[in-house]
Amino acid sequence: MKFTIEEVTVYFPYDNIYPEQYSYMVELKRTLDAKGHCLLEMPTGTGKTIALLSLITSYTLSKPQSPLKLIYCTRTVHEMEKTLAELRLLHDYMVKSIGPAAKMLALGLSSRKNLCVNSRVLAAESRDSVDAGCRKLTASWVRAVAAENPDVPSCEFFEQYERAGDAAVLPPGVYTLQDLRVFGKQKGWCPYFLARHMVQFANVVVYSYQYLLDPKVAAIISKEMQKESVVVFDEAHNIDNVCIEALSVSVRKQTIDGARRNINRMRQEIDKFKATDAGRLRAEYNRLVEGLALRGDLPAADGWLANPALPDDILKEAVPGNIRKAEHFVQVLRRLVQYLEGRLETENVEKDNPVSFVSAILNQAGIDQKTLKFCYDRLHSLMMTLEITDTDEFLHVQTICDFATLVGTYARGFSIIIEPFDERMPHIPDPVLQLCCHDASLAIRPVFERFQSVVITSGTLSPIDLYPRLLNFHPVVSRSFTMSLTRDCICPMVLTRGSDQLPVSTKFDMRSDPGVVRNYGRLLLEMASVVPDGIVCFFVSYSYMDGIVNSWNESGILRDIMQYKLVLIETQDVVETTLALDNYRRACDCGRGAIFFSVARGKVAEGIDFDRHYGRLVIMYGVPFQYTLSKILLARLEYLRETFQIKEGDFLTFDALRQAAQCVGRVIRSKADYGMMIFADKRYSRHDKRSKLPGWILSHLRDANLNLSTDMAVHIAREFLRKMAQPYDKTGGGGGSGRKTLLSQEDLEKIVFEGSMNDMF
Amino acid sequence: MSSAQQVVKRAKYKTTVKDPGTPGVLKLTREKFVFKPNDPTSKNKLEADFRLIKNHKHTKEGSNKPPWLNLAHSQGSYIFEFESFSDLHISRELVGSALSKHVEPSKVVSDEQLSASEMTLRIKLLQEDSKLQKLHKELVASGKLTESEFWATKKKLLDQDESRKLKQRIGFKNSLIFDTKPTSDGRINQVKFQLTPEIKYQIFTLKPAVHQAFRSFVPSKMSEVDFWNKYFRAEYLHSTKNAIAAAAEAAEDEDLAVFLKDDEILENEARKKIRLVDPTLDMEADQGDDYTHLPDHGIFRDGSKETSEAQNTLYRRTLLQDLNRQSEVVLEGKTLDTDMEHPKTVAEVLARRNQRFDGVIEEERRIRISKMTPIDDLQAQDDHAFAPLCIKDPRDYFDFQQANAVKPLDNSPAAKLKTRSNLGYEEAYGSLRESISNIKTMGLRDPLLSPDVAFKVLTGLTKNISSTKSNLGKSSQESVLDILPSATKEKLLDNWVCSQELLKHFWSSYPVTTQSLANKARRLKDAISQIYAKLEEIKVSSQSDLRHQVSLVVHPMQQALDAALLHYEADLGKRNAKGSKPNGYV
Repeated sequence: MKFTIEEVTVYFPYDNIYPEQYSYMVELKRTLDAKGHCLLEMPTGTGKTIALLSLITSYTLSKPQSPLKLIYCTRTVHEMEKTLAELRLLHDYMVKSIGPAAKMLALGLSSRKNLCVNSRVLAAESRDSVDAGCRKLTASWVRAVAAENPDVPSCEFFEQYERAGDAAVLPPGVYTLQDLRVFGKQKGWCPYFLARHMVQFANVVVYSYQYLLDPKVAAIISKEMQKESVVVFDEAHNIDNVCIEALSVSVRKQTIDGARRNINRMRQEIDKFKATDAGRLRAEYNRLVEGLALRGDLPAADGWLANPALPDDILKEAVPGNIRKAEHFVQVLRRLVQYLEGRLETENVEKDNPVSFVSAILNQAGIDQKTLKFCYDRLHSLMMTLEITDTDEFLHVQTICDFATLVGTYARGFSIIIEPFDERMPHIPDPVLQLCCHDASLAIRPVFERFQSVVITSGTLSPIDLYPRLLNFHPVVSRSFTMSLTRDCICPMVLTRGSDQLPVSTKFDMRSDPGVVRNYGRLLLEMASVVPDGIVCFFVSYSYMDGIVNSWNESGILRDIMQYKLVLIETQDVVETTLALDNYRRACDCGRGAIFFSVARGKVAEGIDFDRHYGRLVIMYGVPFQYTLSKILLARLEYLRETFQIKEGDFLTFDALRQAAQCVGRVIRSKADYGMMIFADKRYSRHDKRSKLPGWILSHLRDANLNLSTDMAVHIAREFLRKMAQPYDKTGGGGGSGRKTLLSQEDLEKIVFEGSMNDMF
Repeated sequence: MSSAQQVVKRAKYKTTVKDPGTPGVLKLTREKFVFKPNDPTSKNKLEADFRLIKNHKHTKEGSNKPPWLNLAHSQGSYIFEFESFSDLHISRELVGSALSKHVEPSKVVSDEQLSASEMTLRIKLLQEDSKLQKLHKELVASGKLTESEFWATKKKLLDQDESRKLKQRIGFKNSLIFDTKPTSDGRINQVKFQLTPEIKYQIFTLKPAVHQAFRSFVPSKMSEVDFWNKYFRAEYLHSTKNAIAAAAEAAEDEDLAVFLKDDEILENEARKKIRLVDPTLDMEADQGDDYTHLPDHGIFRDGSKETSEAQNTLYRRTLLQDLNRQSEVVLEGKTLDTDMEHPKTVAEVLARRNQRFDGVIEEERRIRISKMTPIDDLQAQDDHAFAPLCIKDPRDYFDFQQANAVKPLDNSPAAKLKTRSNLGYEEAYGSLRESISNIKTMGLRDPLLSPDVAFKVLTGLTKNISSTKSNLGKSSQESVLDILPSATKEKLLDNWVCSQELLKHFWSSYPVTTQSLANKARRLKDAISQIYAKLEEIKVSSQSDLRHQVSLVVHPMQQALDAALLHYEADLGKRNAKGSKPNGYV
């Protein structure tokens, strides 16, 4: 369908539109007009993504004189794929209705591991070894040798891509990672470098958050992006965590040992070069004197991860004299590692701020702040000079240098915490020195400053006024949309008591109570006998899930549950979890039915949809609070209180409930879908907790469902499922509610007309 | 049988061979035997029916064993020691005859080998259907057909009931193998496991590595018992969750290590499968983009992530992994026909399943994701070629269904394109006319009957109909039968059913290949001629004004019977005439 929002013709690839999608587009359009940032909360299952995509692309089309680039950030690769699939739908529709003028280039970008087509490189398991494997074939010095000596292996895809030169371009269209690989294979061009090159010219780029937020990656990938871009962070409810993680580093015993090995190896390389090619080291020295950390324009294939500090904070001056010589720098690194090792050998938890830590390094290891700050660039330069390609082996020394650079650069917003062991496992010594960032606004600030519009959107941004404070920005539009439902297709419930009428909770003093464990098990068992297809359960942590599943197994509840449905579980192994999910879907598809056990804050809760029959019921066991005794969390809470005046309790509850809402929100994807949500903890019935849930859940949480026991919940579930099985009128027109929940083109035209009439009078 | 009806002898009753025995009197009759010990306080009183005795053994005269008689029953045996061999012989004779008597009746039943359930089913069917019961009485009770012959043609009725019971293939049981809880006698420090073939099979399917080990170790390297001992030892180590102890044990015993280590076959499979996973689920791909979590980057210990002890992960296996594996296997399903002795490894089967071309897989992935993308309820509605389930206008619904029914008949691709099936009246009329003219010009393909015969029958029928019509007048609802007196009508109907049944049996027994079939045919011929005579009788006995009508009704029946009789005669003549019989003919 086609309609206009204030002079912009919007192309929407469906024949109908939800009213909230329409108002979402209106708000978005105003943001773009104002060239500002915005914060939009819209419930899951209302088609946020397609609304975003169609408005922004249509907006760009309507203003050909100042084309906007869309940078769409997703948290995960599969979300990237989903977004691109929706974009393709839209693109096909636009080309059909406008013609070739609507053609655009849209592509996804990911790491070499997901884009590489060279089977030799792909054989490596981890991302880092794939990266290193690629470098071994494509680094400029390797290629120089390979050009003379045919025995030295090189990558045929990269060579062909280089040979094609400027002719190597992607024709307009929408490319998922898969399409890129296929295209690359067809043409014989390396898809990874092709995609990285095309990012500059593309109208739409879809990639991971980190390509914009993590300075290590952003400096390489996103350097060239124009200011006239709209940046969208989808599913952004955790964006503050991504930001602080991007600037945090930790050093462990293994890091120290690995770094030592790396330093020894570098030392050997330096000696070797001294004997054979001393001129090269001298050239590097001269370059550094001139103030160039790197040799001008690096070929793309040589690129390494960039400086961990944010671009504005990196000093644009010459590397200090004391580390210009390679062997001097290695000495400095040696002393730094020595010092850090000394700090790790502590009996008690120590907390420090960067300023005093830096002065301690100066006193005891004789390394000043400026030297620390340049560690990363100096290391990078040295690695290039020494022509080291197996970069995956050098991650440890890189970590040390990242740490040094960050601690030398930032004086506030960070703290250094040294813990001799994990608090939950005090018998296992595992010392760790952590440099943790507390201020989410640091990492995202350059994004806000650089780009014209930044859109932060998610299904759960409640309370919506907290995010501007956490991220320190001023949105021009900040709105939370409610969901207009044709029928009550979601059914949230708060379960406070088990089948024996005793309270259930994952509160610390209650969670190991056998009665609670049994009640939770009975709840699942009874629900499994009533609910068709898929059920998803979220637990507060891996260890809790592990414990409860084991005790269900011992008491035989698990066996009873397995009579009804298959049981599949998220584990810490990503591959296994992925396969488990795949099996889960197949079990739901074939009608066998399955239960998926997952963890709040886990990978599954973050990005996997359990829509339609993949999730008819989700049970949230407990309130997913963070581990409140964590030293890092305490430090962060303290910082938040001092800097933003956010109370600890408020933040913890906010954080726990956004996770819970995120978990339960995964069951619904469109209004034709339906699902139940059970919050199984007595604490949810308290007003202070409950009120932090997003509005679209609260509005369906009836008072009668606030304090249920297992038998009542089963009864409600039966009734609900029976009601949902009835046919209904999708447009919601006949429901007597008066408001339509599905708008056709005529409906929209009427709205616009009435709006203009109102303006006239 | 010369043996007496009853034998009483002195004998000792022994519970086992070693038992010295209780002296007493053994009384044998044809039905049962009673042993009374001399000492009335002794507990070894015995009274048992011969029905329970399976067989009997006795010691030979001349062997150095005392004269023993051993009567075996289902749980064990009774041993009696007689005073002399002559006593033994007399007793043995009686026992022999008694046993044979008890065996005989069971043999008679076994002729048909009917299970109790089948019997009840037949009885039930007869009870439910009075007509069937009548027929059964008529044919079987009179000996025209045997019981089995009668039911052979009623297979459908029997099957129908059978299919009500689930005839699904049994899938893989969704129960945990680690449910095989050991039994312990509590005294010594030892546990016992009961392994059934099913459990073994389950273990093999769930753990291909164990299967592989089993095939390579047993019996060349160790016995089966040793193998399972090792296996459960390993399971025990897992259950203690002590990875370090497991690692230590594994280091000592390399065979044990097989069970303790991660399953390599599974890992390889996983790696293969991960490439086939729906891209919207592929979390492994995310790791590629996660530069925050380079080793030691990001926040390491804030409580949201849990640290696992990195060391000895090789020897850790969790319940969660087992559960995932369990469900996976259940989903894959079990092939029941897989022989236990020659099991194909799951890996092989899987490998075959996975041997599809990469391109096909990618294509599937693409289709799948594009199918998932659109939001259903935003799309234009009523774009479907099926009618909504709620029928508001029956006429509309009927038209719709008609159109759907016509579609598969018309195979031309052009017709297939017309998915919108709201046919207009003209279109429908047009297509009907077209198909009629098609038939007119081309005729029906492969007619069942030759046109000449059909024509003859049709003329015959029209004649009959017109003649009855003139008799009956306007009331076309009534049939000829209604004007007959009810007794005659009943008789006719009964005979009709009976003759149909007999004819069915008769024709089904051709070609006659065995003696029993020949017998059956003869028997049936006799029955048919009887019925023929009965029909004739009816015809004759009916009132003169109705005789014409009756003969009209009876005529086709007689024709059918005639054909059968003719065929019988012809076939008999053919078989007798030919000296050398064709293949298989009796």
